[in-house]
Amino acid sequence: MAEVTAKDLIEEFNLELINNEEQTVFRPVTTSDISRPGMEMAGYFTYYPAKRIQLLGKTELSFYEELSESDKEDRMYRLCTYDTPAIIISRGIEAPEFLIAAANAVGVPLLSSEKTTTRMSSMLTTFLESRLAPMTAMHGVLIDIYGIGVLITGSSGVGKSETALDLVRRGHRLVADDSVEIRQEHDGILVGRSPELIKHLLEIRGLGIINVMTLFGAGSVRNFKRIGLAIDLEIWDNKKQYDRLGLDEDSVKIFDTEVPKIEIPVRPGRNLAVIIEVAAMNFRLKRMGINAAEQFSERLSSVIDEGASED
Amino acid sequence: MIEKKVTVKRKSGLQARPAALFVQEANKFNADIFIAMDGKNVNAKSIMGLMSLAVSADKEITLKADGADAEEALAALTAFVERDE
Repeated sequence: MAEVTAKDLIEEFNLELINNEEQTVFRPVTTSDISRPGMEMAGYFTYYPAKRIQLLGKTELSFYEELSESDKEDRMYRLCTYDTPAIIISRGIEAPEFLIAAANAVGVPLLSSEKTTTRMSSMLTTFLESRLAPMTAMHGVLIDIYGIGVLITGSSGVGKSETALDLVRRGHRLVADDSVEIRQEHDGILVGRSPELIKHLLEIRGLGIINVMTLFGAGSVRNFKRIGLAIDLEIWDNKKQYDRLGLDEDSVKIFDTEVPKIEIPVRPGRNLAVIIEVAAMNFRLKRMGINAAEQFSERLSSVIDEGASED
Repeated sequence: MIEKKVTVKRKSGLQARPAALFVQEANKFNADIFIAMDGKNVNAKSIMGLMSLAVSADKEITLKADGADAEEALAALTAFVERDE
């Protein structure tokens, strides 16, 4: 699982680090829950969720201002624990003296944001949920075809990258080549992206590494995409039965999400890019409620029934 | 599936050229071969996947292989990364 620390939050949300950088320890954030320590300001620390990011807004800080000096010091020291990954002050409110001292004492990063508390809270939750979601790397290509994230898998050398290149030429957008990092962000939603180092790159046998974004323009790439369809390429096996009708739907399980899967046999001379493009379009059509195979099958059975009743 | 932990001894780690050679070596075998490092698992036959790990010298990686020639594959790849060049 990828580690998230206050450093990532600073970069992502343009936060300002208030306390001394040398004294801060960037502890990993382990939960996507956010805490607004209102009860804690009033002195109730029994269920204080120290491992969460603490978000201080106008309400908490104006209440704090009304406390006595000794209470102020006590609350701030109890707020900063060795488990606390970060304390964020919203609305650009100035940090209380005691809080800075307490944060420095245990090395908790103290951050400031110009945004409102609710906005900050929802942005933090979204960011943390996506970053802390379970991640797996799959060998394959992820490409956005007419808005459907298509994950193309298959053994090495079957032609995944070549197909991706062909699809990019046809105006589709590349997300990742060769290695796709997949996260389950919510139930049933798988989002794939490229490892940072090989973003926008494609490896083609004989050409080597090419940069799709500089070659084909910014419109030819995407940074992430929800996976809607999996296509498995395999070398044509004469003994194997391939789907001729498209009536049955197969799926592949990634984490606990079932992704519809199509198996496409590869043979020299087969234009894979066109087949995959059509597979994506057909998939969209099915989701809109038009299933060509099923409609035909119904027509066929009604004609057969008619023929039987005439006899 | 057999697994083996190895330390990369190559001076430049698995930089682009050594990575290409590594993948070439891995592709000689029929077994499915994977490399795991820092919780990431990539296919050893895929050069981009391997390079996305950015394996540096003296780093410990786990080689995994599954298939008829898994033993030979692991032995050859271990020898490759442990070569001190």
